[in-house]
Amino acid sequence: MATPRPTRLELAGLAKSYVPGKPVLSGIDLAFEGAALTAIIGPSGTGKSTLIRCINRLVEPTAGAIRLDGTDLTTLRGDALRRARSRIGMVFQEYNLVERLTVMENLLTGVLGRTSAWAAWRRRFGRADLERAWALLERVGLQEFANARADSLSGGQRQRVGIARAVMQEPALLLADEPTSSLDPKTSVEIMELLQGVARREGIPVIVNMHDVDLARRFASRIVGMSGGRVVYDGPPQGLGDDMLRQIYGGEDWLQ
Amino acid sequence: MEPSASPRALPGHVRPFAMSRAERIGWIVFAVLAAWAASRIDPSWARFVTGLANAERFFDRMLPPIFTPERELVRGLAESLQIAVLATALGLALSLPLGLLAARNLMPGWVSWSARFVITVCRTFHPVIVAIVFVKAVGFGALAGIFALTVASIGFVGKLFAEAIEEISMKPIEAVRATGASFANVLLFAVVPQVLYRFIGFIAYLADSNLRNSAIVGLVGAGGIGGTLFAAFQRFDYDYVLGILLCIIGLIMVGEALQLAVKKVFRQ
Repeated sequence: MATPRPTRLELAGLAKSYVPGKPVLSGIDLAFEGAALTAIIGPSGTGKSTLIRCINRLVEPTAGAIRLDGTDLTTLRGDALRRARSRIGMVFQEYNLVERLTVMENLLTGVLGRTSAWAAWRRRFGRADLERAWALLERVGLQEFANARADSLSGGQRQRVGIARAVMQEPALLLADEPTSSLDPKTSVEIMELLQGVARREGIPVIVNMHDVDLARRFASRIVGMSGGRVVYDGPPQGLGDDMLRQIYGGEDWLQ
Repeated sequence: MEPSASPRALPGHVRPFAMSRAERIGWIVFAVLAAWAASRIDPSWARFVTGLANAERFFDRMLPPIFTPERELVRGLAESLQIAVLATALGLALSLPLGLLAARNLMPGWVSWSARFVITVCRTFHPVIVAIVFVKAVGFGALAGIFALTVASIGFVGKLFAEAIEEISMKPIEAVRATGASFANVLLFAVVPQVLYRFIGFIAYLADSNLRNSAIVGLVGAGGIGGTLFAAFQRFDYDYVLGILLCIIGLIMVGEALQLAVKKVFRQ
């Protein structure tokens, strides 16, 4: 299923201020490439979610460039922007499924980016999309729930639907905004394994915001530490010592 | 925080269920208005007693109800039904887009305020007043009734639609937008599933309300059974009046039953 197309995402001088003069993000320079899971850690309110949402322009960056395979996403509008978005999968903390639709229908929303409104109105999806959705349900272990409504599932199951929906897009890049923050420790591990699997099988960069440092160390091959809207650490999990954590989160009592 | 004398004693400012000043003023204003209105219409006992005698004579002439001339009755009922159905269809065709435009969470401010203005204008006047205007504009008959009830429909459900859309969760919308979906596809897959069942409830309610109103607009010449009823009143055919009223009650009850059936079918 994996298509051999190495993705390269580059953020250059990315900045965002919701209120002028109060930057949430400033001067973010990062590059992501190849099949790897990168964890972004940092205290609440440090702009992790904003960073993720700037990449697919759910939030408009104030300055800087976002280059996906050479195309600057910040310059795109209308159809071109939607085409670019359809190449970027996204997974949310609260799953953001359409609750009244079934699991299968939620997966199919993943291909809405390349479905005309006329076809969407008639609920016409291609045979290939249907089969792909079915295969993905097997991969996330939810085939028996294909016709269940999304709001009848548990949190872990919903998140798996969320991941399958994102993979339905055949993304060149996967973003995940605190995908495990609403889940118990065991389910969190399962979800992280699934995300790691997506990076490997689809051969794409997966960027995950998270709060759980141990989980990040365990699953990420690279960790980006943010504090005050800036990148303060960027490197392998092994390099992330207590000193660095103190710098990222401040204080030290919690480290005991 | 100030240290209180005794930590156990309930401080004076903690008063659960206290009535706010505004609330108290509201009730007083309401009582004063009611008293003022009562003084204007003078509901005296003597008037009530003569009224009772009048009513007795009136009811006496009403019984037993008769249903002839049938042709007029059936034609009036059918026309009312047609007015209700057409007004509901036209009203929906106009109020669905207007309701969407009026939803502040999906539309820019100036669009939603303009749409809200149109909806508010539509609900400002009672259907009967709108019907009088349309009778003047397009002449006596069902057409005026259809237009009048279409306007009333927009005022009635346009606002309900807008409010239902404003109450949806934005989370699925964010997710569907993130897949690169167009605005139309976001509407179809993230908005519609969230509001569909509430909309069906509103639509059933609208059809019901239009059926009731279609029996009334005839009083001012806008077609339907109301015209038949008004004519019978003017001829003092009170037994026929009762026959017509019974038929209207029957029609409304059928409408009610249909509304319940529709809601049952679409329950989640």
